[in-house]
This record gives sequence, structure tokens and C-alpha cells, in this order.
Amino acid sequence: MPITILYFAWLRERTGTGIEQLVLPQGVSTVADLIVFLRGRDAAHDAAFASPLVRAAVNQVFARPQTPLSPGDEVAFFPPVTGG
Amino acid sequence: MRRIRVHPDDFDIAAESAALLAACKQAGALASFTGVVRSTSAHPITALYLEHYPGMTEAALARIAAEAESRFALLGCTLIHRIGTLEPGQNIVLVLAAAAHRQPALDATGFLIDFLKTSAPFWKKEIFPDGTSAWVFPRDGDAQAASRW
Repeated sequence: MPITILYFAWLRERTGTGIEQLVLPQGVSTVADLIVFLRGRDAAHDAAFASPLVRAAVNQVFARPQTPLSPGDEVAFFPPVTGG
Repeated sequence: MRRIRVHPDDFDIAAESAALLAACKQAGALASFTGVVRSTSAHPITALYLEHYPGMTEAALARIAAEAESRFALLGCTLIHRIGTLEPGQNIVLVLAAAAHRQPALDATGFLIDFLKTSAPFWKKEIFPDGTSAWVFPRDGDAQAASRW
């Protein structure tokens, strides 16, 4: 079962992607692993994730680099929130 | 009584206040905060674009409301956040808190807006008079305001 990856705000603009599905590659078991994998895929992702401001959520809960991933998860990447 | 909404449409503060009070018959205090799109001569903007994470936003607002209910003697609260393109002077966000007395109502209102700003997945982009735009960066003061609770 693939994971769903969502991008918001300037992560969406810089990667040119709003949503994508991906079968978890071999060796990708955490949010940090997924970022390394995505950065290696193309220059746009590499540039977007170079920012130290990238935040993540897994299944709609704020996550950390070491948060584990499982097939079927919804993973989101976005900048620090600025609502209100 | 918890009312949470995220939508492009404007809200009517008087109508929302009346609705919350009607649902909280024991209330003796109703506090409110309204956030408005701001454009100044030093930093003029023509519009503010608000993006959010559908699903997570509502869940995050519900968690913030639940935390407020557990910390303060709240009888009810309303959280409404607009999305899409808004112009200077237009409403962005409404927080209402109903309680028996003023202190829990005022405290809960401050808590709710401080945590909404740091814990709910909304992002603002400013549109400038020359047509350029820029995503807003969080202010250090926002995290400090939330950490005081």
C-alpha cells in the first residue's frame, strides 16, 4: 500500500507538487529517511528540503524526523504555520 | 459546546456570539478575539492568501479547543478561520469563549488564539502592490506567546 505525500505553501511551490503517492522504498522507515529519498530524486525537491524550516506531519499529527512511517500513511511537508 | 469552522466566507461576530450564548445558558461572560488583515504604510499589501491542510486543520483546532476546555472553566467556544484570498480590513479569524465569569473567558480566548497561531496548519502569503508575493514567516513573539501558557 503506497503512502500519500502532501506539500503545502512554499514546499508545494518549490517542489511543483501538491500531492503524490509513493510505495515506501527499501530502507525508508522514518520521516528523515523519506526526506533523504525525496531530495535524491530531483533538483526541485533537493532545493525545497534544503531549508531548515521544513516541518512534517504523519497522519495529520505533527511529526519529528525520527517519526516512523508505515504503508498507507499520509505524510505532509510544510513550512512553520502562520495562521491566526 | 464547541463550534469549529474553516471556510472562505466571512463571519458575523454578533450572530456567532448570540449562537454561542444560546448554547451556553449558564454563561455570565463572553470574550472574543477577531484577527483582521492588516496593511500599513510601512508594509502595504493588497491581499492576503490563506492556505490550510484540510482535515488536519479541523483536528488541530479540536485538540486546541479540548485543551482549553480542560484548563479553563469553559462553557463553550467558537473557532472560525477563513481561507482563500482576503483584502485589508477583512476578518481572518474569530475566537469566542463563554464561561461563568470573565477571567476564564478572557484567559481561554488568549490561550485559543495563541495556540491556533502556533499549532494549526494555516499558511499566509502576502500579495504586494507591485504584484509580487511572499509567504509569511512566523514571528518569534508567536512562540513566546504560546509558551506563556
